[in-house]
Amino acid sequence: MIVARELTKYYGLKQAIQDVSFQINRGEVVGFLGPNGAGKTTILRIMTCFMQPTSGAMLVDNLDCRSHSLEVRKKIGFLPETVPLYTELSVRSFLAFAGTIKGLRGKKLASEVDRATSLCGLSEHRGRLIKYLSKGLKQRVGIAQALLNNPPILILDEPTTGLDPAQIVEVRNIIKELGGQRTVLLSTHILPEVSHLCQRVIILNQGRVIAEDTPKNLTDKLQKGLRTVLLVDGPQDQVKARLASIEGISKVETFQREGEFVVESTQEENLRPLLAKTVVEAGWGLKEMKALDLSLEEVFVHLVTEEGKEAQP
Amino acid sequence: MKGIYAVFKKELSVTFASPIFYAATFIFLVVSGYFFYSNVAVFTVLSFQARANPFLAEKLNLSDMVVRPLFGQLSIILLLMLPLITMRSYAEEKKLGTIELLFTYPISDAAVLTGKYLAAVFILLAMLVGTIPSLLLLEAFGNLDWGSILSGYLGVFLMGASFISLGIFSSSLTENQMVAAVLSFGALLLFWLIGWAKLIAGPAAAPVLEHLSIITHLDNFAKGLIDTRDAVFFLLFSLFWLFLTLRFLSSRFWRG
Repeated sequence: MIVARELTKYYGLKQAIQDVSFQINRGEVVGFLGPNGAGKTTILRIMTCFMQPTSGAMLVDNLDCRSHSLEVRKKIGFLPETVPLYTELSVRSFLAFAGTIKGLRGKKLASEVDRATSLCGLSEHRGRLIKYLSKGLKQRVGIAQALLNNPPILILDEPTTGLDPAQIVEVRNIIKELGGQRTVLLSTHILPEVSHLCQRVIILNQGRVIAEDTPKNLTDKLQKGLRTVLLVDGPQDQVKARLASIEGISKVETFQREGEFVVESTQEENLRPLLAKTVVEAGWGLKEMKALDLSLEEVFVHLVTEEGKEAQP
Repeated sequence: MKGIYAVFKKELSVTFASPIFYAATFIFLVVSGYFFYSNVAVFTVLSFQARANPFLAEKLNLSDMVVRPLFGQLSIILLLMLPLITMRSYAEEKKLGTIELLFTYPISDAAVLTGKYLAAVFILLAMLVGTIPSLLLLEAFGNLDWGSILSGYLGVFLMGASFISLGIFSSSLTENQMVAAVLSFGALLLFWLIGWAKLIAGPAAAPVLEHLSIITHLDNFAKGLIDTRDAVFFLLFSLFWLFLTLRFLSSRFWRG
């Protein structure tokens, strides 16, 4: 279990994070979400004992990162944001180096290197020098070194940044496989990644935690009323005016395609049967009707911009 | 210990894959070979002259005219070459970001530093071993005093190890390898020449400056005299810079 208690960190006079507190339970896959400069990397660096907080405490399995640094590091597999690797070494030599430092010896070291390479799809590339690998394969080597010695906590800082779409899918699949067995912390500013992989999201902005929940709960909390998309075969202006006149409808807007509208209702009750009835009775064709959920992108933008407004004097 | 060995092995693998190592070692061996040849050539000329001058003949011996100057010359070449070997030690790790891996692996800063230091000392040893064949060749044509030769090598080795510790400290200060090399070269030159300042220093400062001078401590070793004070100077010099390196590395905790 990971507990952050009122973490604050200053770089010189600049405050990077302020009073950050959260708790991550064993086996959870949690996403740290935030714009660039929100303080994600700072928190991860404190968690991995790379640096210490100016005030507050970070506990990993009840061990303080400040006073039990080496014990905490044994429990963590970490992939830094830039995926730093010793490019002059072969994949096998690099993983053997990382494994030895992590306390693996002899046959156990060899079997762990084999396990990590096969899990990350690197078995065919073991003998190759890292500098000759593609960016996607380098990313996998970075994940493989984090997996050595089977750490109970895996921390991945922006693991898919800079990869092409196919490589992103591959890396996400690897992370998904790992998620069931251990605690995974994922720092990212790519929202679909969080929706796909994480059970819980911690949203950071300007060095503070501004929201913490499951992606579904976050969207539900911010989604006031229901949103419905209608594709209607009829005169645009008349359809828009007719839909807007229905009691309980707060907003009607044209959407992506011609004849497509987004209808927002303020009431809790479902107005969709009434919408359908209205369109059909007017003699227009109802080609399509579907519910439109608030995306995590919208939740994120909403939270971050609300924060920004509050922060302004 | 296994962690230190892992870092040591990794450092050697990375160094042996670097062209800088081969360039520095090649230049070291070529220049030291040239100095050796020059010393022998001068000795040969003097030997011919000594046939007509018995007074000069008494003074001629290989140790004083070839071997002893060679150790002074080796130390000058090392002053120029070792900063090139140590410059990448931490600077490259910082630039590539691999320092973040090292600092988050379950290994102490002291163990990482020890591994890096021992790897650089091993490279120094390999470079010095490369100069031994010249002396073996000389042994075939004359009698060498191997006791004083071993003493000279010990002096150059201890001095080189001191250079390495200062070089690693310089490398820990920056992520630019060239800056690290220039810093360590400048600092080593200062410690090399600091003894000269005794001529203009007051009576209190002169002995201190002389004691701080690297060349003063090397001279006894080259003469075949192993003085504990000289050995302790080099050991303390190394420990001082290694300690400063550790202190600087741990400053990341509060500097960020």
